Amino acid sequence: MHARVETAASWPEEIFAILQRFEVCQVPYVPDAGHSQLIESVLSSSTMRGIALTTEEEGVALLAGAWAGGQRGVLLMQSSGVGNCINMLSLTQIFRFPFLTLVTMRGEWGEFNPWQVPMGSSTQAVFELAGVKVLRASRPDEVREVVEAGASQAYNACTPTAVLLSQRLIGAKVFTK
Amino acid sequence: MSKANLLDRRAVVSRLLKDRKGAIAVGGLGASTYDIAAAGDHDRNFYLWGGMGGAVMIGLGLALAQPTLPVVVITGDGEMLMGMGSLATVGLQKPANLSIIVLDNEAYGETGGQVSHTAASADLVGVAKACGVLDSRAISTMSEVEAFAASLHDVRGGPRFANVKIDGANLERVLSSRDGAYIVNRIRGSLGHTPI
Repeated sequence: MHARVETAASWPEEIFAILQRFEVCQVPYVPDAGHSQLIESVLSSSTMRGIALTTEEEGVALLAGAWAGGQRGVLLMQSSGVGNCINMLSLTQIFRFPFLTLVTMRGEWGEFNPWQVPMGSSTQAVFELAGVKVLRASRPDEVREVVEAGASQAYNACTPTAVLLSQRLIGAKVFTK
Repeated sequence: MSKANLLDRRAVVSRLLKDRKGAIAVGGLGASTYDIAAAGDHDRNFYLWGGMGGAVMIGLGLALAQPTLPVVVITGDGEMLMGMGSLATVGLQKPANLSIIVLDNEAYGETGGQVSHTAASADLVGVAKACGVLDSRAISTMSEVEAFAASLHDVRGGPRFANVKIDGANLERVLSSRDGAYIVNRIRGSLGHTPI
């Protein structure tokens, strides 16, 4: 069991508005508490389709297919899922398609669970080694600007981009008995 | 290696893609891509030379983006085993225009013919069905292939899944283009989408 912060932040709505503006249609995701508000917005949207995955690499392949079919998408996941994508990230270089992923970070700011730390510590390096550009938002007031920049370079310049949403921004998950 | 009464993979794929009309065909890494190329190059062929385990998901992304066109994923048992979770994702999304065909030779043919899980225990038809792909069947004759080929064009009746037991013979490779940007942009162009 863990306590959930029920106060809705405004940055997930700002992200949703940006995705709408860029005409994003397919939104594959593996659930994460930090993405829960955005996932709810996507699932209740009439222009976007939320697609629950069994593992994050499915989302990379899905977005390649979506692009071939003429649609844009964005992959939502948490930092531990980035490691699950490594080989499939080759597709971003091979197809040179507009890959955008928004990653909620764990294991970097007041983390309680040591199992989150190894992958959280290597998330950025993994992306960079795989040829994906990395941007980061750490404060609520910079989310809009950073996600907009990420979406612009992904969709307008076909530059594979990951936006890391810091654990500092999301708040460390609270574990209680 | 080859056993009697098993279907020839090239004959199966060539029958599936005969009279394909506007269908988009995705070929999984390995021999399935060569089979699709052998059936004839086409601007709606999505050849994969990597990304093992991703063929069904690429097909799903295409199927959701183009709901009025048949999308046909043709892959092998090893590639399907690596992306088995994607059958659960397809079962959840239920894209009515997506068809998945596994050419099952019970082996990793591209790497020396090592036996795969389907040779002994794994039942991919059972997996697909249990994942919610209700039209899932095992195929062992050419007349069943023909019936399945006709059903591909019903874009309201899927998703559907077929596992075809094929002869394990290693056939001569028919090499398709392996330039990913070219392959994807050619498909996009055929659908009326311009380059960035």
